Amino acid sequence: MSTLIDRPTQGAPATPKRSLRSRLTPNLETLPTLAAVVIFIGMVIYGEIAYGRIVQFSTISNLLINNSYLIILAVGLTFVILTGGVDLSVGAVIAISSLVGVMLANAGWNPGVVMVLMVLIGSAFGIASGVLVQYFNVQPFIATLAMMFLARGLASMLSTTPERLDDDSPIRALSTEWKVVDGPKINDLITTPNVLIAALVVIVAFFVLHKTRLGRTVYAIGGSEQSALLMGLPVVRTKLLVYVISGTLAGLAAVVYTSKLGIAQNITGVGWELDAIAAVIIGGTLLTGGAGFVLGSVIGALVLGLMNVLITRDGSIPPEATTIITGGILLVFVLLQRLVVSRKRKT
Amino acid sequence: MAPTEPIVEMEDISIEFPGVKALQNVRFRLFPGEVHTLMGENGAGKSTLIKALTGVYKIDSGTITVAGGPRSFSGTADAQNAGISTVYQEVNLCDNLTIGENVMLGHEVRSPLGINWKKTHEAAHEALVSLGLGDLDPKQPLSSISLALQQLVAISRAMVTNSKVLILDEPTSSLDANEVEGLFQVMRRLRDQGVAILFVSHFLDQVYAISDRLTVLRNGEFVGEYMTPELNRTELISKMIGKDYGALAALGSNRGRAASADGTPAFYKATDLGRKGSIEPVDIEVHAGEVVGLAGLLGSGRTELGRLIYGADRPDSGEVTIDGVTSEVHSPMAGLSKKIAFSTENRRDEGIIGDLTVRENLILAVQARRGWARPLSRREQNELCEKYLLELNVRPSDPERPIKNLSGGNQQKVLLGRWLATKPELIVLDEPTRGIDVGAKAEIQEAIAALAEDGMSVVFISSELEEVVRLSERIVVLKDHRKIGEIVNGPDVTADTIVDLIATEGSAS
Repeated sequence: MSTLIDRPTQGAPATPKRSLRSRLTPNLETLPTLAAVVIFIGMVIYGEIAYGRIVQFSTISNLLINNSYLIILAVGLTFVILTGGVDLSVGAVIAISSLVGVMLANAGWNPGVVMVLMVLIGSAFGIASGVLVQYFNVQPFIATLAMMFLARGLASMLSTTPERLDDDSPIRALSTEWKVVDGPKINDLITTPNVLIAALVVIVAFFVLHKTRLGRTVYAIGGSEQSALLMGLPVVRTKLLVYVISGTLAGLAAVVYTSKLGIAQNITGVGWELDAIAAVIIGGTLLTGGAGFVLGSVIGALVLGLMNVLITRDGSIPPEATTIITGGILLVFVLLQRLVVSRKRKT
Repeated sequence: MAPTEPIVEMEDISIEFPGVKALQNVRFRLFPGEVHTLMGENGAGKSTLIKALTGVYKIDSGTITVAGGPRSFSGTADAQNAGISTVYQEVNLCDNLTIGENVMLGHEVRSPLGINWKKTHEAAHEALVSLGLGDLDPKQPLSSISLALQQLVAISRAMVTNSKVLILDEPTSSLDANEVEGLFQVMRRLRDQGVAILFVSHFLDQVYAISDRLTVLRNGEFVGEYMTPELNRTELISKMIGKDYGALAALGSNRGRAASADGTPAFYKATDLGRKGSIEPVDIEVHAGEVVGLAGLLGSGRTELGRLIYGADRPDSGEVTIDGVTSEVHSPMAGLSKKIAFSTENRRDEGIIGDLTVRENLILAVQARRGWARPLSRREQNELCEKYLLELNVRPSDPERPIKNLSGGNQQKVLLGRWLATKPELIVLDEPTRGIDVGAKAEIQEAIAALAEDGMSVVFISSELEEVVRLSERIVVLKDHRKIGEIVNGPDVTADTIVDLIATEGSAS
């Protein structure tokens, strides 16, 4: 393209420097995420004081190992929620994907092929949701709700009894425990390939959201879809893609979960989509889209995981009350977000 | 200006929507280094032409040539890649992102390790500097700056893509005079750099201040292309509305002031009508067949008084007699049953229901008066539509079209029709002509004059004093939420009379 507009060429333009103070004051967007970090640290400190044995290798290792599937789901949902959408199908996708995976693996299929297939089942549901949302103009809530019922129904048609994966199946190798630091007694820092997969997903997601145009388009759509369209951004492609990402990561979460538990059932993952949404919200992502961080969602998932640990340790809180506490934390965060939004309106 | 090759040339453009010829054989040329204004009434096809150029609408026939080659774009992104940037009336940016991110969205500087934010912000700064906005910090959130500055930020996006053509679709409608001047400076700077600018505005002053060339459209047809200095305002307006401006200016000037003078009791009479915090007690009377204007600055209590008369707000003092009967008008329902109608100034939020059709919008008030148990038959609805769409000259006159697809002036006419359909004896019109073009304005003014002629009482609120003077027989002047005087209109009353009254702080009353 020929340059008809001559830019002034007075050396390298210096962007105005911001004062140190304004750099240190958290801006409003990061406030909910910071709050999540503070709450997480608070929970760790409280747990350590009240019950002990929280800040130690084994607890931290288990927290990560037990929640890696939730972290992966939350990362996928972060993409969708940032655009202002939602994906309710991820829990049911885990059920169908893991059932198909276990049955095929037991039927003697190559485990590598099976795992790829499990991920692709997730992608397929993601594509279906995305197409419904983008081309048929269906509300994301409805489109993914339909996919949720479809996936759950298909899973129930396949089997209504738990399908057990052979213990020597290579798929289970993903939950092999690697000792990183050999601590005293059982207090070892251990990790599994699953945890590394989750970590890799988080790193890639962070890169995509903050360092690529795709990521910026996701934020722009969340801010104003109409504006994004008029600015010439690839809105259609991006909206489709976020559902594919969410579906694919649900498929990956199915692999991770199946390898850890070794059992697949049609009722696996009931309500997990809501856990993942809760993790994303607690992590500071606005449900209306446009603001939030993938690292916040990780913290959100860990807050939920740690809460379960603390309730177990406490022993006096009935496990049934877990959901009440989750709900309470969620409410606090949503109220915090309202505060931020209303503060922002004023400025 | 030396007639170089036009950078954009549109020939014989026609676009047809179901039932409407939106554009017929329109031609349009855009030269580098020129500001070219597209003029026309609401619904003349300005927006359609712009959307045809940027590929939002597909053209049914005609050719579009950009920079020497035939082109047809398939959307904003496509047009942008060819160097055509568009800035719309409403700022279309993402206010959840920073200024710099908005400037660079879709054009971030990339390296193998993803977006290089340092370079991206530098490039954003560079683009802002080239528009004279160097003191904006690209890292500040967009929401921290004024609407006017956001508008300029939107324009600086065009700098990033090295646009050769910049389309500004009514960018000034929400800016004040200083902000407009800032925008014009930027436009002149770009023009001098050789950018071709397509400008759309309703404000004639602005059009004459900035444009080099004009193209006039009327009813989707090409009227002519003129150099701005060669066409004076009166000629321009006649070209836009297709009739003599003189007729418009003469409107209402020979209206008698007999109605209030002949001693008949007023149809509507209020003493000490007021509401705490909104307007201090006011005496006002309106005779049958009389237009009473409410004049005053923005925020002087004009709208508040209008709402009290109708009952949209509950008055907390005062006595009202309607047709000689003491009445209480404490709710819109009461207002309607006393045959008072109120057309709001906030057309988009309190007036139309965008997704409903013209017919559904038009019958709304009549239906509300009848109650839900007695729905209007389809035949009655159609009769009402036919009557008022024709009477008020609504275009397109298709009752089944969603009202949001109509231009502002035509929406206003439908709203007027909605209230007229309730057969009111007193109608309060709050800014019925705001934001609509001169042709539709004239039609609405004509309609108001005709209503009064038929014996209806009208309370007319407008911030355009000339309009108030032209239409009203008596003018109630408000200032700081109280009535400061009342002027009986006559040949020697002008807008200045009202301004003087407001300026002398109501000592005249």
